Amino acid sequence: MAQSGSLKKQNRHIFYHFIMIVWSFIVLFPIYVLLINSFKTRLSIYINPFGLPSKFNFSNYTTVFKDSDFLIYFKNSFIVVLLSLLLVIIFSSLAAYALAFWKKRNSKIIFFFMIAGMMLPIKIASIRILEIIKALSLLNTIWSLIPIYVAMGIPIGIFILTEFIREIPKELSQAAIMDGSSRFRIFTHIIVPLTKPALSTVAIYNLIPFWNDLWFPLIFINDEKSKTLLLGVTRLFGQYQTDWSKVLAVLTLSAIPVLFLYLAMARQFIEGVTAGAVKG
Amino acid sequence: MKLKKQNKHLSVEPSGWYWILYILPALLIYTTFMAFPLLDSIRLSLYTGNTDATREFIAFGNFKKLFTDETLSIRYGGAFLHTVIFFLINMIIQNGLGILFAVIITTKTMKARSFYQTVIFVPTTFAVLVTGYLWKLLLNPVWSGDALTKLGLGFLSQPWLGSTQTALVVVSLISCWQWMGIPTMMFVAALKNIPQDCLEVAAIEGASAWQTFTKIKLPLIKPVIGMVTILTFVNNFNAFDIIFATETVNGAPNYATDLLGTLFYRTGIAGEHPVAIADPGLGAAIATITFIVLLIGVIPVLKLTRGDN
Repeated sequence: MAQSGSLKKQNRHIFYHFIMIVWSFIVLFPIYVLLINSFKTRLSIYINPFGLPSKFNFSNYTTVFKDSDFLIYFKNSFIVVLLSLLLVIIFSSLAAYALAFWKKRNSKIIFFFMIAGMMLPIKIASIRILEIIKALSLLNTIWSLIPIYVAMGIPIGIFILTEFIREIPKELSQAAIMDGSSRFRIFTHIIVPLTKPALSTVAIYNLIPFWNDLWFPLIFINDEKSKTLLLGVTRLFGQYQTDWSKVLAVLTLSAIPVLFLYLAMARQFIEGVTAGAVKG
Repeated sequence: MKLKKQNKHLSVEPSGWYWILYILPALLIYTTFMAFPLLDSIRLSLYTGNTDATREFIAFGNFKKLFTDETLSIRYGGAFLHTVIFFLINMIIQNGLGILFAVIITTKTMKARSFYQTVIFVPTTFAVLVTGYLWKLLLNPVWSGDALTKLGLGFLSQPWLGSTQTALVVVSLISCWQWMGIPTMMFVAALKNIPQDCLEVAAIEGASAWQTFTKIKLPLIKPVIGMVTILTFVNNFNAFDIIFATETVNGAPNYATDLLGTLFYRTGIAGEHPVAIADPGLGAAIATITFIVLLIGVIPVLKLTRGDN
């Protein structure tokens, strides 16, 4: 009986492995094709599209770095994403602190108003947003993106952080009040240090949508010097269209930062991305 | 005496105005750049004209145009239908495969689980644009045709993205490839939350894997299924990048992959080819209907999946 049970279990495992291996192949094969062909020359990618290059050729990468604005695009994206994440964290942790400690009806109303943004797709508002950005004379600058990303990131930030701060034992802040600490000092010296894991969740959750956003750069920015990485990729795609090996080098370069970060801290990434949904 | 008074002052709850100061920066940015534009877009859908100065109130004129104008109504109807199909394919595959993958990954006795988990999530870290361009190359029969034929897989060499018959389905599948990681990980988290004793009791009672799944796991992860459905719904009704990358903003071939997102972009922001003058009022009307559809869709799913627990 037990034996047939474990046999059944084993068969199930074989079936499970089969499914996962098929899916892993479906996921990894395109990435493999992307990588190997970015090291081939323009014509050799047609001769043997799925095989390893006869000789690894780095010229696609050096051309992209030398002859294009790739580094400018990269720098722009880096600045925008970093500043946006920083502001999301500062603003939502301040707000979450207040919303967790201020126990009145108004606080609840504000909380629900703010987290409603988690469900609302901001793209729908693009026409009005475009006019606001125009009115602020931010069009064609990288600064146009930051307020939008901060607004996008705040709802989930407040949601995660308020829940987290509520679970911090009240005795800690009460003791600090007894010692004469101000509310703000409690925030900087007790709440923020204890909230660090949740802060990193908020940052990771927002990192992918900020870094990978195409929509807002596309509608705000036309000027080469202000383009973000992804918007730049669309331009280079057009420019190198007849030379796929270079296109693939561009795609690889643009995917690498987040991919490496993910591989280095996969667990935090997965927790971060699923945090909002599972708790809610 | 003085000390006592001071203590009392400090331990007293600060007033609402004090807390508002902490909330203000977040509230201001969120309201200015998200809540207000969202609501004001609905108002704009009732106007025509390009700027605030030339704007003219036309009540439901934009909506009427959307449904009755000869070409526009065909475009809009097409885009709406394609968006629904795109969403349904995504939802069925992401929920279906997502649950299956999650059950596998949470099977404690399996080997290589964390490897599979890492792999499934990799495409999610890519930009949709990168995924789209990559698949555009992979599915290009000129590029991969000979190699596939040599492998005996010549039947795979078709203009998948260029045929009106297959383009929409193939684009939807590319989108599934990209996003599988998120529903899978959400289901994994939900399955891990199931109390161990529930599953142990089932095992002792001699429940089969299938019974354990349908009788215990599935009912317990229902709220997450609802959540995944809502996320897929909201995101796919705004899909744009994937069409931009694989089929251009015109939803090629012959508008077969035109979604609400691309139509919205062409009418409201870039201007429809070949005139290229944007009509913000009309764009806002498209956005408003999408907004209403989302609200109507989200609420019953929320009720259905969490009302009864």
